[in-house]
Parts: sequence; C-alpha cells; structure tokens
Amino acid sequence: MTTLQNKATSPIAHLSAGDVENLGRELDAIRQLVLDSRGEDDARYIRTVIKTQRGLEAGSRAVLLFSLFPPAWWIGTAGLSAAKILENMEIGHNVMHGQWDWMRDPKIHSTTWEWDNASTAEQWKHAHNEEHHTYTNVIGKDGDLGYGIMRVDEDQRWSPFHLGQPLWNAINAVLFQYGIAAYDLKLGKNLKTAERRRNPEFRAKLKSTLRKIGKQGLRDYVVHPLLSGPSAVTTLTANLTANVVRNLWTHSVIMCGHFPEGVQTFSYNSIEGETRGQWYLRQMLGSANISGSRLMHLMSGNLSYQIEHHLFPDLPSNRYGEIAPAVKDVFDRYGLTYTTGPLVKQVASAWFKVIRLSIPNDVTSPPRVRATAQQDVRAA
Amino acid sequence: MTSLIAGTARRPLRSIAQMVATPLVPRDFIDLIDPLSSSRDLRGRLDAVTAETADAATVRIRVGRGWRGHRAGQYVRVGVDVDGVRHWRSYSITSQANSTARAGRHITITVKAVQDGGVSNYLVRRAKTGTLVHLDQASGDFTLPTTRPDKVLFVTAGSGITPVMGMLRSHSRELADVVLVHSAPTADDVVFGTELRDLAATGSVRLLEHHTATTPRMTAADLDALVPDWADRQTWACGPAALLDDIEAHWAQHGAADRLHTERFTTPALRGGEGGPVSFTRTGATVDTGADTTLLEAGENAGVLMPSGCRMGVCFGCVLPLRNGAVRDVRNGAVTIGAPDAGVLVQTCVSTVAGSCEIDI
Repeated sequence: MTTLQNKATSPIAHLSAGDVENLGRELDAIRQLVLDSRGEDDARYIRTVIKTQRGLEAGSRAVLLFSLFPPAWWIGTAGLSAAKILENMEIGHNVMHGQWDWMRDPKIHSTTWEWDNASTAEQWKHAHNEEHHTYTNVIGKDGDLGYGIMRVDEDQRWSPFHLGQPLWNAINAVLFQYGIAAYDLKLGKNLKTAERRRNPEFRAKLKSTLRKIGKQGLRDYVVHPLLSGPSAVTTLTANLTANVVRNLWTHSVIMCGHFPEGVQTFSYNSIEGETRGQWYLRQMLGSANISGSRLMHLMSGNLSYQIEHHLFPDLPSNRYGEIAPAVKDVFDRYGLTYTTGPLVKQVASAWFKVIRLSIPNDVTSPPRVRATAQQDVRAA
Repeated sequence: MTSLIAGTARRPLRSIAQMVATPLVPRDFIDLIDPLSSSRDLRGRLDAVTAETADAATVRIRVGRGWRGHRAGQYVRVGVDVDGVRHWRSYSITSQANSTARAGRHITITVKAVQDGGVSNYLVRRAKTGTLVHLDQASGDFTLPTTRPDKVLFVTAGSGITPVMGMLRSHSRELADVVLVHSAPTADDVVFGTELRDLAATGSVRLLEHHTATTPRMTAADLDALVPDWADRQTWACGPAALLDDIEAHWAQHGAADRLHTERFTTPALRGGEGGPVSFTRTGATVDTGADTTLLEAGENAGVLMPSGCRMGVCFGCVLPLRNGAVRDVRNGAVTIGAPDAGVLVQTCVSTVAGSCEIDI
C-alpha cells in the first residue's frame, strides 16, 4: 500500500467517471464471455479434481496405516498434505463461492458443501463471501485486513498490542484453520462481554464449530491412528504434520492476496453509493496475484489469480488463468498497476509489511493520499 | 459423545468409516469406484443407444442397486448432464416390466428429439454409452389394472406410443382383445413400426395406423367409424395435448369418462402474468423474469437447487413456500398471494411471477 499511497497523487486520479464506467463494461464483457462458454469441459474439470483429491486422500491414509516405516510416513504425509490443500483451496473455497452451482449438481453445490476445515461452511461463507468480498479492503469493514489481530495498513490505528504482530502472524499461520474459525465466529468480540457470551445465536454457532473441530480431531488424532495399530503414533504425527503444512500453505497464499506492497485500501465513506465500475476498480486495486507454474495455480485454488477472482468471484476457478491476459490488458489500457510477483517475493513482501507496521507510522513520512475509487473520480 | 459411543457399538464398521470420512460420508468414496451401488442416490449408466426412426432412439440404461422396478406404462425421471448442466426429464419406460420380485438390471426409454429440446436431442444424437445418469424411482398411474380388462383400446400419436409399447411388451399375451390406433406423419415415422406390425400379424393386436402426411389429422370423432365399440372398451390414450383434449371431451360427452385413462407429455401452454423479480431467500439469489419464465426455470438458471418433478403441474414434486409477493398459475391465470409464515406452497413448474415474489429456498 505504502508505495502508492505515499505518492502525492492517487493512482486513479487520471481516470474520469466515464473511464471508470467504460472499464466496468469491458470487465462485464469478459465475464459474459466465460458465462457463455461454460460447459462440459468445465464440469469435467471440477469432477476430475474432486475425484483426484478423494483418491489421493484415501490412498495417503491407507499408506499411513504403515507409517511406522519412514518411506510410508513421508509418502503418506506428503499425499495427505496435498489432498488437504486441494480440498480447502481449489475445491472447498471455490465450490462454496458458488462457482459450480450452475451445474445443478446437488453434490457439488455451495449450499450443500462442507469442507475439511475448523470453520463450518455456513459461517465461513458469511464472513468470506458476504463480508470480505463485498467490503474488500475497506478499513473498518473488511476483517480480512489483519483478521483483527494485526495492523496491515498505515490507516489502521496502532496499539502496543501490534508490537507482537509478527509473532501473532506466525502463530496464526501454524494454527490457521482455527484462526479462521475464531475469526468467522468473531470470537474476540463475542467473548468480550457476558451479554455477548450468552447470546443464543453466538452459542449455537460456537457449538457447531466445536462439534466440527471435535469430529475432525477424532478423525486425525484418534480413529486414524488407532486403525494404524503399531503405527498409531507415527500416523498421529503424520496427520498433525499434514494439517500444519496445509495451514502454512493456505496462510501464505491468502496473505499474498491483499497484504503485499502495492495493494490499496479504502475508507468506508468512499464506497457509499459505489457504481459497478467503481466496485470493479476497488477490486482491481485491492488485490494482488502470484505468478508461477500451473501446479502452483492449482494448489493455491487459483487464488494466485486473486485479481480475477475478486472481479468475478463466481466464475469457475479453472477459467481465471484464461481471462488473466484480457484483464491485465484492461489494467494496462487504463493506466493501472496489475500487482503480481512470484510466491516467495509476495510472501516476503506481506511479512515485511506485518513487521514494519508492528511499530507506529513514521511521523516524518510525507502525507499519504489514499485511493478512494469514488471521491477521486468525482474530483476529476 | 454418548450417542457417538452407542452408535459405534451398534454398527462399529459403519461408524468408524463415518469417523474417518468426515466431513464427507463413506459413500462419497465408494462413489468414486461404483456409483451404481448407491441405494440412496439412484443412478444408471447408458449402455446402448439404438436408432428407432430418423429422430427417435431407444436408450438402454443399466440401473443402479436401488432400482425397485416398474409397472408397464410408468415413466421415470432421468437427470442428464447436458453441456455440464443437469436437466431432469420424464420418459416412459418402454422395456418389459418385471413381474418377479427382483427388479431387472436394465430399462429402456425411447426418446424422440423435439425441436429446441436440449435433453431429447442430446439423448438421441450425442449421448455416449458409459455416461452416468441420475434416476428417480418409476412413477405414474398410466398402467393396466391387475384384473386385465376384456377389451382394450389404445389411442396414441407420435411418441405417445412409448408407454403403450411398454404395456404391449409386458402384457399383450394377457389381453384378449386389443385395438391400437396410432397416428404418425408417415409409416417410416412410426416408432416401433416393425414390432407393432409383427404384433398385428400374429393377431395379438388390431393395429390401425393413421398417417397424417397423407390424410387429415385424426379426431376423436373418427374413432366412431374406426372402432365402433370404443365406448365398451377401457381406453388408454397418449399423445399431443390437442388430441387428448379432444378425446377427453368426446368420452365425457358420451358418458364414458370413467373408461378413459390419459397421459400427457407436454406442459400446458403458458398463460403467465407480467413477470418480475423473484428472490430465492435462503440461497440469496434474485432474478428478473419475463411473463413466460416459470419460477422453476428462473431458479434453475440462477443455479438454485430447485426441487422438481413432472415439470407440468401434476406431481407436486416442485412445491416451495411463497413467502411474499404474488405468482400466477400458467394453466388458468389464478394468482396466489404469499405470506411470511403462512406456509403458502406453490408449484414452481407452473407458476410465473406476478409483480414480484420471494421463494423460500
């Protein structure tokens, strides 16, 4: 954020209101092209990914029954980690976005899907689809900006608690699935007062999350180890490792989506009465991609195409790569920065920001101009 | 926790499998290998598609384990993925009904490709053997009574022959006196033409073919001359709506309505309202609809998991609560007004939006 925001001019000052609406129409046209060509190949894609993931998970768990033998431990753990990553990212996240609802298959539908994650599908969908995707990068509205435990933008107020945020972020990375569940439950806020703690709606949600955590813990840390007989302990460590690997990976990918340098944030006032073009513009400036191989895109659930995903959250994920050149062309023609970089660079950039913002803003730095998709355009 | 332990003690293997499969169920993994073995989600596999006429084909389906058999004349709802989207359609079963307790492992449906019919054209021209399809149990009461009637008349037109073919294949030997009046454009267009003519040659059936390319369209009144004793017979009729309307009127006029059984394939003509926006409240989708879009179609096109059945206002498999607003019944124009908790149920397949409405799904 800082790079652009510390400049004296806004990154979108050169766009007129008409430009922004034209940009919106161009993006609508890209979206329509995909909608018009959705079909059998896409359906085959998601079914193949699901089939592969389930086969990989079942196979890896079978191998881990003999995890006492080190090669079995390594192969099983690697396979289970990959299966859990695929299940959360390319399948779970995208199915729950409704990207595959058009197939009308009740087995692959946003309203019926449940995933291997501590947060329940229902609570995650509310926090993610309704709050994060609607209020992307709006300070005070989008909880994904630091998840309530970190300061990832200069405009978020500093408190001494933030001194520890590199450590909080590391802990969150290791325990990421529980972090998401706590975040989706708004645990910090809801545990604060006795009244909120007693709220029946909160208690019901908490109960369903705990029940789910219990079931998954039972699976990974009790039943599967017991089935492994003499390999019980090594199967337990394998499952623990796979969960941690999945947590670290998903945390890294998700940090890259909105935290790296170059990504813009917005004030709440700036999104009031937003037009479709302005909404698109906010998504364009508020997201960052990751460049890499096809395997990396698959394992990131195509969230490496975070910009395309935020512009079109309900288009099938296998199409993001295909439309990326057309989207980038829109950025280029409208003089906007398409933020992207290799995984290592983007993760480092996000971590650097977490560390840098753990201390108060540098009072000597020049006054910053924040991109407000609407106000700047109005002024222009 | 106690229920967990009790469940494990009762059915240990199943419980352990469930614990390992969570958040999925063991069936999700079995489906990877053998999708036909599920008894809850009934499925089938296409294992032969045979052309009957230029635009009709018989599709043989190997049915899954849960199939409970059918009675001749019944139809089956088939869910087919066309261009990646699942569509459900009803087709009469044309294969012989199994009288034994153990249901057969195959059924056939015979499909005529209709103009603009995505599913029928797919099944007749594009479907490949090995394709997985989704099924419901057979249903419908267009069937012969267990005590077979002495004298039977079948009146069919076009693909209306399909349920009757199922009956003839299953029961023609048990029927002493059968007349079949069948209407098709030409002799070549008669689905099952050869088989029907063979049945006629052996004397099982008196077959009266009517070819509309060379003679005027048949009316119910023509039957007076063709089958003078029609009123004494139990009659099963299946064909286009106009023919069935005509037959029903004719039978009613002669006080023979109790001896007539009809089966309709087509949706009644749309007599919708003004259209307008419909919100699917739990799914969170809102769509604008025209006067000729049913709630069912609107929901399906928006990716909502709409329950559906016959798609013509008969089976009530598609009913959903109307929470607010108004809908119009396309069959008679009647308007139904919704209310939040009044449990107003509407048949989505024959309702269009009248202004605006909210559907609870």
